[in-house]
Amino acid sequence: MKQAPFEAAHREDWQAFERYLEAPRGATPAFPAAELPQRYRRLCQHLALAHERQYSPDLVDRLNLLALRGHHALYANRRRQSQRLADFLLVAFPSLVREEWRVVGVAALLFFGPLVGLIAALQVWPEFVHYLLHPQQIASFHDMYDPGNRRLGMREADTHFAMFGFYIWNNVRIGFQTFAGGMLAGLGSVWFLASNGLMIGAVAGYLTQIGFGGTFWSFVSGHSSLELLAIVLSGAAGLRLGMAVIRPGARSRKAALVAAARPAVRLMYGAALMFCAAAFVEAFWSPLTEVPFEVKIGAGLAGWAALLAFFALAGRARAAR
Amino acid sequence: MLDTARRVSTPEGIELTLYLAGPVPRALAWAVDFFLRAAVVIAVLMVAGYFGWAGVGMALLVAFVVEWLAPAWFEVLWNGQTPGKRALGIAVVHDDGTPVRWGPALTRNLLRAVDFLPFFYGFGLAAMLISRDFKRLGDLAAGTVVVYAPGKAPARSLPQAPPQPPPVPLSLEEQRVVLELAERSASLTQERLEELAELAAPITGRAAGAASAARLLGMASHLAGRR
Repeated sequence: MKQAPFEAAHREDWQAFERYLEAPRGATPAFPAAELPQRYRRLCQHLALAHERQYSPDLVDRLNLLALRGHHALYANRRRQSQRLADFLLVAFPSLVREEWRVVGVAALLFFGPLVGLIAALQVWPEFVHYLLHPQQIASFHDMYDPGNRRLGMREADTHFAMFGFYIWNNVRIGFQTFAGGMLAGLGSVWFLASNGLMIGAVAGYLTQIGFGGTFWSFVSGHSSLELLAIVLSGAAGLRLGMAVIRPGARSRKAALVAAARPAVRLMYGAALMFCAAAFVEAFWSPLTEVPFEVKIGAGLAGWAALLAFFALAGRARAAR
Repeated sequence: MLDTARRVSTPEGIELTLYLAGPVPRALAWAVDFFLRAAVVIAVLMVAGYFGWAGVGMALLVAFVVEWLAPAWFEVLWNGQTPGKRALGIAVVHDDGTPVRWGPALTRNLLRAVDFLPFFYGFGLAAMLISRDFKRLGDLAAGTVVVYAPGKAPARSLPQAPPQPPPVPLSLEEQRVVLELAERSASLTQERLEELAELAAPITGRAAGAASAARLLGMASHLAGRR
């Protein structure tokens, strides 16, 4: 078949295909979407024929571009892009955390080890804090947690909402950095986990030792479970990437990295939501002084219990099915 | 071949060609996005400033969203393009040429935090120059590449010449060579054009330089579909 009759025979087909691709969302397309795969395959055949029969480059290029666009249209919605949010949060996320218990455990050790160790150490050797915190930092923590304050953890002039914005902007970014650092063979995640553990441990240990413990623990207890576990999960997601770089197993490093990024970024969805929830609690509940100390500590402990039970148990029945 | 084209085979048995975008257009796209982001945050700050500290909180929230989430949102819903990428005509796709989805889009955007290290996208640039497909670290983990967005090729501008069919059918590659020579003929000296045309002796029939060139341009006219 010569090129001219070939073009004449299929021109309408190609035009319909082009119209389908260019139809704005909501408009009636040139043919029902169910016909797309079949029409796309036919177009691919035409392209292969045009190529094989050495038709003019213009025609081949035109068909190639049309096929490329058809390819994008066909594969755009290859699978459902998002699980329902509730489904992810209540089933997939806790199951994933259990599945990745090794990296989560290592991340927890790297973070809580220095944190708890330093709190304990500072009770015995309080002057050690000066190795870790600058005098100016110490002074500003004095200001924030002075038992005479009406609001905790922030300066008087600040408002709750401003602090909410700040916590989201700052804390979630720290989480993302902890995750991204995993690309450097895991070293970045290890660094962010350990250094954040050290800083938090230093502040907590120091303030407890000088007798500001009442205000400090009353402030942090409410959001501590969400925020600290979110950092651990960010670090775990980073370590997952780092392990793929260090020990790719039977795949190429690149393939191992792509495979590891899938569960890792899903851990990050959960961690980011936890950071946001923590920021909300930290901005609107934690600074309140009207609530008695015992209630705040109780709420904080209840938060820890609930969150740990959630990660241990949630979604087991569904995941096992 | 030293080329920025990446061939991808599809399940339908055809090969698509993706043209990879290098560090320069990507840096320019980043700059456009950066100024847009800054403009959005400053605009919010100016309006929200009337609400005191709460306004600052609002601006910080917006800053967070436009820095981390908006790029991924644009890439998924806008055919792999952020506004900056659209301005530069480039787009993100998966390694296999399919449109980018939420997981990889978020992966590559969250991992910008490590590409940025040790200062101003140092690691990102190094990774782009080392890897074959100009991938920064985020692209490596997400399994994505940045390519020139497919667009209609500009119409060929061929010199006017009376069309004449080639004496033997030409292969696709040969047709392309003839067409490209005709396209470039305006920027060549007459002598160079004739010299090149003489190389095509098997189809121009050993005609002298000027005649050879004229016949070749005529064939180009024919191949381009003029009758």
